Parts: sequence; C-alpha cells; structure tokens
Amino acid sequence: MTELAVRTRGLTRKFGDITAVDRIDLEIPRGQIYGFLGPNGSGKTTIIRMLCGLLTPTSGEAVILGLNVPEQAEALRQKIGYMTQKFSLYDDLTVEENMHFIAKIYGLPRAIAKQRISHLLDHYTLTGMRRRRAGAMSGGQRQRLALATATIHEPTMLFLDEPTSAVDPENRRDFWEKLFDLSDQGTTILVSTHYMDEAERCHQLAILDLGKLRIQGTPRDLMDQLQNRVIEIEGANLRQVKDRVVHLSQVQSAAQQGLKLRVLFQPDTENPANYLEQNLAGEKLSIAPARPSLEDVFVAATLGEGA
Amino acid sequence: MIKSLRRIGAIAQKEFTQLSRDRTTFAMIVMIPLIQLMLFGYAINSDVRNIPIAIVDLSNSIAARMITEEVRVTQVIEIVAHYDTPAEAEAAIVAGKIRAALVFPENLPQRVAGGNTVAQWMIDGSDAMVSAALLPLRTMPLDLERGTPPGSYRRSSPTFEMVLFFNPERRSAVNIVPGLTAVILTMTMILFTSAALVREREQGNLELLITTPIRPIELMVGKLIPYVLVGIIQVAIILGLGRVIFNVPFEGTLLNLSIVTLSFIAASLALGLLISTIAQTQLQAMQMTIFILLPSILLSGFMFPYEAMPKLAQTISEALPATHFIRLIRGVVLRGATIPDLSGDILWLLGFTVLVLAISAKRFHKTLD
Repeated sequence: MTELAVRTRGLTRKFGDITAVDRIDLEIPRGQIYGFLGPNGSGKTTIIRMLCGLLTPTSGEAVILGLNVPEQAEALRQKIGYMTQKFSLYDDLTVEENMHFIAKIYGLPRAIAKQRISHLLDHYTLTGMRRRRAGAMSGGQRQRLALATATIHEPTMLFLDEPTSAVDPENRRDFWEKLFDLSDQGTTILVSTHYMDEAERCHQLAILDLGKLRIQGTPRDLMDQLQNRVIEIEGANLRQVKDRVVHLSQVQSAAQQGLKLRVLFQPDTENPANYLEQNLAGEKLSIAPARPSLEDVFVAATLGEGA
Repeated sequence: MIKSLRRIGAIAQKEFTQLSRDRTTFAMIVMIPLIQLMLFGYAINSDVRNIPIAIVDLSNSIAARMITEEVRVTQVIEIVAHYDTPAEAEAAIVAGKIRAALVFPENLPQRVAGGNTVAQWMIDGSDAMVSAALLPLRTMPLDLERGTPPGSYRRSSPTFEMVLFFNPERRSAVNIVPGLTAVILTMTMILFTSAALVREREQGNLELLITTPIRPIELMVGKLIPYVLVGIIQVAIILGLGRVIFNVPFEGTLLNLSIVTLSFIAASLALGLLISTIAQTQLQAMQMTIFILLPSILLSGFMFPYEAMPKLAQTISEALPATHFIRLIRGVVLRGATIPDLSGDILWLLGFTVLVLAISAKRFHKTLD
C-alpha cells in the first residue's frame, strides 16, 4: 500500500519563544508501525498531540487519514485511538467499567460493545482482573488495559506516546506482540519511544532532536547508510582511553559497552582504525571496525548539528 | 441525538460510580458542618438599621405624619412604600418587598389624646434579627406627648402594638435553617463540580476524553447531572431535619420549593464550571470556591440582615447567587410566597446561569493549547 496515513508539511509549534516542533515533514504509509525516537523534550509528544488535533500548529499543515487537522479534527476522532504517556483512564473505575465507559463515549451499540470488550479482555489477558480497579494494577497491566481501550472502536490509526516507559522488559515484549497483531490487521501505528530496542522493531523510524526531524527511514537503511564509521576498542584502562579518545578531532563520541569502547567518528573519516592506532600508540589495545548499531545512528543524528 | 444522550449518560454514570467511591468527598460532607460551626462561633451581632417598611395610614391625620417622622429619625427603619390597606402591606411582606408595616388606625387622634396604644406594627418575623431590631420600638416615647407637664401624664399602655408574622416566637432556627440550604448548596455545588472537572485535567483523563468524539456540552451536562441530585438530597435533608428538630414551618408548596432550589442549583453549578475552566489544580478550585463562599455566608443575608449592611456590602451581596436564593427560600418556606411574588430573584438566578454557562462554554476548548 502506498497510500499515506499521515502527511505533514512544515509542521511547527511554538510555546512562547520556544520552538517545540520545527518544520517537520512526515510521510507515514498506511499499515505500518512508525517510530519516533528522541530524547525527552525532542517534541515527540507535541507532534502526536498536533496530529490528534489536541494542539493547534503554529504553522504548517497536517493531513491524517485524508482529513485536515485541526480543521477536521472532530471527524478524525472516530477513526483514531490515542494512548497518552500518562495513564489516562480512571483509577477508581474497574477494568470493565473503564472499557464500557469508553465504548459508550464512542457510541458503540450495547451488543457490539459487550462482544468486543469480552474479546479484548481475553486477547489482552485481562479477563481474570476485569473487576479490579485500574488504580490497583501493575504498570504492565495498565498498559494492556490502555491499549485494549484505545482499540475498542477499531480505529484505523493508533497514536501511542511512550507506551512502555513504565513497563518491564517482558511486558514490553508482549506489548509489542500485540502491536504487530494490530499492524497485521491493517492498523497504522505511530509510537514514540526512547528505547533503542523498541525503535528497532518499527517498520520505519524518525529520529527527533530539539524539535527537528534529523533523519528517517527503515532501521536497517538508517544503520547501513550511516556515514560515520564505528570502531571498537578492547583492552585495559578503557576509562582513561576514552578520555583521550573523545578529545581527538575526528572522533564524534565514545561510549563504553561492557568490555568494549565504541568510538563514533566524524562522517567521511579516512581509515579510522589507523587514525586511532596512531593516536593511541603505546597502549596495548585491540582496535577493530564494527557494524553501526541504531544507537550509533541516534548519537550521530542528535550530535550532528547541536554539538 | 441518541448518541449524544448516550454519551451524556456514560459520563453521568461514571461520575456516580466515582462519587460513591471517593472517600474525600464523603469526608467533606462531615467537614462542611464543622466549618459552619466555626464560622458561626465568630458571628457578631451588629446594629440593624434602615429596615425597609411601609406606612398604612388609615387616619390621614397630622398625628400620623408626626409619629411617622419620629419613627423615621430613629434610623432603624426606612420608609419605602405607602399602602392604603393592611392587606396590601401584608402581601408586600410575603413577597419580601418590605420587612414591616406601620398601620395607623382611623381613630388615631382620639387614641393619642387618650394615651392608648396608637398604632400597630406588622413585622416579618422570619428574620429574627430584623424583628429584634423593631421590637424595642414598642415602648418608644413620642415627642407628640411631651408638651404636657412631666409627671402629669403617664402612658398606661405601650406606644405600639406589635404583630409578628411567620415566626411569632422569634426562634432564630426558623430563619437560619432555610438560609443554611443556601450556604451548603453554595459550598457543595461549586466545590464538587469545579473540583470534578479539574481532577480530570490533573489526572490526565481529560487528554484522553478530548480525543474522543464527545462534545464539550455533553461532557459538562453529564458531569453536572449527579450533582443536581446531590443538591436536591441536601436540601431535603436540611429542611427535613429542620422540621423535625427545630420545628421549622413549611408554608410553601413543594413545586415552588423545587423551582427556586433548581434555579439556585443551576446557578451554582454554572459557577463551579466557570471555576473549573480557570483553575489548574484542585487546590486552586478549592481556594476560588472559598473566595465565593465566604461572602455568600457573611453578606448574603444568611447571618446579617441585608438591610443592616453598608452600601458597599449590599452591592456585593446583590452580585451573589446565594443572596437571591436566601430571599427565595425564606419566602417559600416561611412565608408561603408564590413564584409571581418572587419572580425578580428567580429571573436573576436564571440570567446568571445562562451568562456564566455561556462564558464557561466559550472558555472550554477541546484542545490543550
């Protein structure tokens, strides 16, 4: 499918003097899981809120599922589901009460609502706790409830704002399984995250920093097309080595990973391994090129300009 | 339309469920009477002046005009009307236009000459402080009689005859209990509605709700319905207990009571909504409520008669829904007043509701901007 679920041109939002989102152009194909990867304050939440019609863009345009936002936001609401960063269902209502409430708000006929809720409770393994109050559930359970409720009206598109930030790794895996189920059924999903492993699962990815879109593409392409070379150093006294390495003019950043030091070079550095060996002469180190990881892509993209 | 009603119903039902599980709200129900008690402890009696009265002069005599002038210079009263018959004066008292009427009988000159009681006061006893201020006039000496040598003439009967309407025993509970409905409704209606909407914003529920197809008006109406019921229950409790414990009479009809109560509940809920569009936290909502509540207790005529207040306080008083409701509920409960008698205050409350709702709806947007 080549049809676009989301297309934005020059989408910008300012809060006073601060530009939270700066001229973003996005194209999200239908049926994909599209990731926003970026540090806190990079504008992920602001973009999602603008795409849902919760915030009015300062300038630029956004078309979601063929509807102009914010002008046609009301028509859009029936077609989208939104899972907020903070749990936004009612803590003092039970699982079932929350789901029935949202079903009524979306105007689902009683019989259909009942059937869907029973299916969702089962699918998201919530049946056993359907009479438990949302406030008394664990982070993972609450996220399952939030996702189940966000899909109760079978939206064409889902917006998930850092859905797994309060969830342990195992529940995160399960959560992503559910997202792939939904994607398989044709739902377009926009998910923001600051976890690399989650970003790597997305069909496509946009890396955001300081309100700007730095780079976008499939995770594979982003890693393959990285201009910056990566070298891994093994040996003793890696902390001291790191202090020396980061001051080298060709080195963009260095970070220790276990017994290895990963060094990211400026783009187009010629023969980085030799460069390092010359600069670290005398040390007993093993120096070898490595395949760029998504984290390297992220670091290169977010350091590229500001630093 | 049906979808709209279903959504309103969904919000109302959710609100009921939450209300029944909210311990703080139930604690408030206990706290409210305690706060009331504190406030009453600090209540100070003040001199009552400028009570609006009417003159009914059946004698059409010079003596009547002289006595009227003498009563007027005491400053306790202010003459706002003249009526031809005692029946007209009584109707004006029932409607709350005047608090008392001074009736001069046809044979006034003979009565003055004979040293008899010269005239009759018809007093609205439903406000104990008003009647307390008027009753000392009973034995007031008249300049008219001072021309006679001292000692040679002694009045054997009081100057005036006093007739108390509606609360002949002058029990303050009779006056306080209907007024208390105004205070408690102001408190609960404004506080709970404002806090209820602000809580949704604070806890992030609103961010989810506004991405759904619900309309602002549906959300507001749905949230208010449970509180209308809470208000009606509270009025029933206060007036019911007032009747059982304090023997407060009920002269009006249930229909009239419902009309005046609902118009006040509507005005208070609208005010609560307005606060909820301004306040960012529940604490702020509570502070703003107290800002309205304190004048509603002190300046509405609940504690001190409206007539006893300085001009500035009266101006503030007129701007408070509670002032209008206190006039209405005392009229209905204690004097059996009917809706035409009270139309001015009812219209004021309804106008207030419409205006405040319009402002609130304008302020409430389905965005986070």
